[in-house]
Amino acid sequence: MGKRIGMEIALAAAEVAALCRPDVIAAYPITPNTHIPEHLSDIVAEGRLDAEYICVESEHSAISACCGASGTGARTFTATSSQGLLFMQEVLPIVSSLRLPVIMVIGNRAVSGPINIWNDHSDIMYQRDTGWVSLFAANGQETVDMVIQAFKIGEHRDVMLPVNINIDGFQLTHVVEPIIMPDQEEVDRFLPPYKPFAQLHPDKPMTMGALGLPEIFNEAMRAKDEAILQSKKVVLDVWKEWEKQFGRKYEPIESYKTEGAETLLLTMGSMGETAEIAIDELRKQGVKAGLLKIKLWRPFPFEELRKAVKGAKVLAVMDRAVSFGGPGGPVFAEIRSALYDEPKKPKTLNFIIGLGGRDVMVEDFIKMAKKTALTKKLKPEDAYEIYGVRE
Amino acid sequence: MTEKKWPETWQEVNPGCMVFRPGSASEYHTGSWRAKRPIWDNAKCIKCGVCYIYCPEGCITENADGFFEANMDYCKGCGICAYECWPKAIVMVNEED
Repeated sequence: MGKRIGMEIALAAAEVAALCRPDVIAAYPITPNTHIPEHLSDIVAEGRLDAEYICVESEHSAISACCGASGTGARTFTATSSQGLLFMQEVLPIVSSLRLPVIMVIGNRAVSGPINIWNDHSDIMYQRDTGWVSLFAANGQETVDMVIQAFKIGEHRDVMLPVNINIDGFQLTHVVEPIIMPDQEEVDRFLPPYKPFAQLHPDKPMTMGALGLPEIFNEAMRAKDEAILQSKKVVLDVWKEWEKQFGRKYEPIESYKTEGAETLLLTMGSMGETAEIAIDELRKQGVKAGLLKIKLWRPFPFEELRKAVKGAKVLAVMDRAVSFGGPGGPVFAEIRSALYDEPKKPKTLNFIIGLGGRDVMVEDFIKMAKKTALTKKLKPEDAYEIYGVRE
Repeated sequence: MTEKKWPETWQEVNPGCMVFRPGSASEYHTGSWRAKRPIWDNAKCIKCGVCYIYCPEGCITENADGFFEANMDYCKGCGICAYECWPKAIVMVNEED
């Protein structure tokens, strides 16, 4: 049986990645995910895990090594952050196009410049359209759980896609939390050995990464899009199975005190935990406020979102990244688009918060929720604001 | 795994566009890209084989008489053979001529 321990979340992510028995780990440490590859390197060096740990010279090489290793049928794991993730970007759509289930933990961090090592979501938002399944953890327990779930989702024959697990840099990576750490037997029971769809092997030559000319490219992209859309069913199945074995429930969009809520806040990542406290306070004050927390970012849970906002008068989306010169934050833009055709929908507005590690406190969420609740009519140019910016 | 030579619909695309039959690239005739074709003047050819060595497509072969010729299924008409041929035994002519 697993036991409840206090552990830094990055170390816990490494421990649990090792419990998933990866064959190949290739990573290049970059703040704030550093402790994950460092600790995995220790685990391999100590002989606790029989895996190949490839010390690469860059993130581009890390993801390329994982891509190649996964092509041979190995279970692979990597981790990165910010500039490192951007350096991987060239390879990310290739991994998903090849349908290789590389699993990656991203310790989300702001993208330079100015140079900043602290947390926001700008790194993953640049990778939004690379064709990876994308999960967001709100705390240490979810991080640990999602690493195991990710292998099972990505390796499923109906999915065969890489999966990234987003954990907020520092707010999660460097925080010690109580975590129920499953033991090896429990992980083995949940996650069977990887049976690859195809393997590169000299005895049975085949091609991965063939040329795709205009005659075939449309069809190839359609097939890839379909794979990602269809993966949602597997995500839901894996989460159901998880709940059955481990007793912890996962949903694409988690609702917190949304019963009768007129004002909804929506967060993604660790700030949901702070927002929950704000909602408790607001409810005490008699404000009918609730919270939605996105856990599944790709494939985007359209249906679940439309259901979750039913009955709300106004919805404030909290973004952790800016789409410069665009229609608001990336999460907001998607949600507005998802609700556009709904005959009855809440007014939507957007707060871009916590950029580059700027702290967002309970009082801030209360302030934003109250402002949201008072929103009557919005001009398009008032739809989003960078919250707390000094003027 | 049954191999599809050329997927017509998106449903027929192999996962990851994987190709399970080795050597299938030879079925793709790149000769259709060609705008110019190489013509050998064997009176000038000294059978040195420079054209064979330089052909990036590997489509030039030596025939029974020791002269060289290109396989037009694959020759893209790049003209490197003609450029490298120092006795000037190869000229490139327009396909439509």
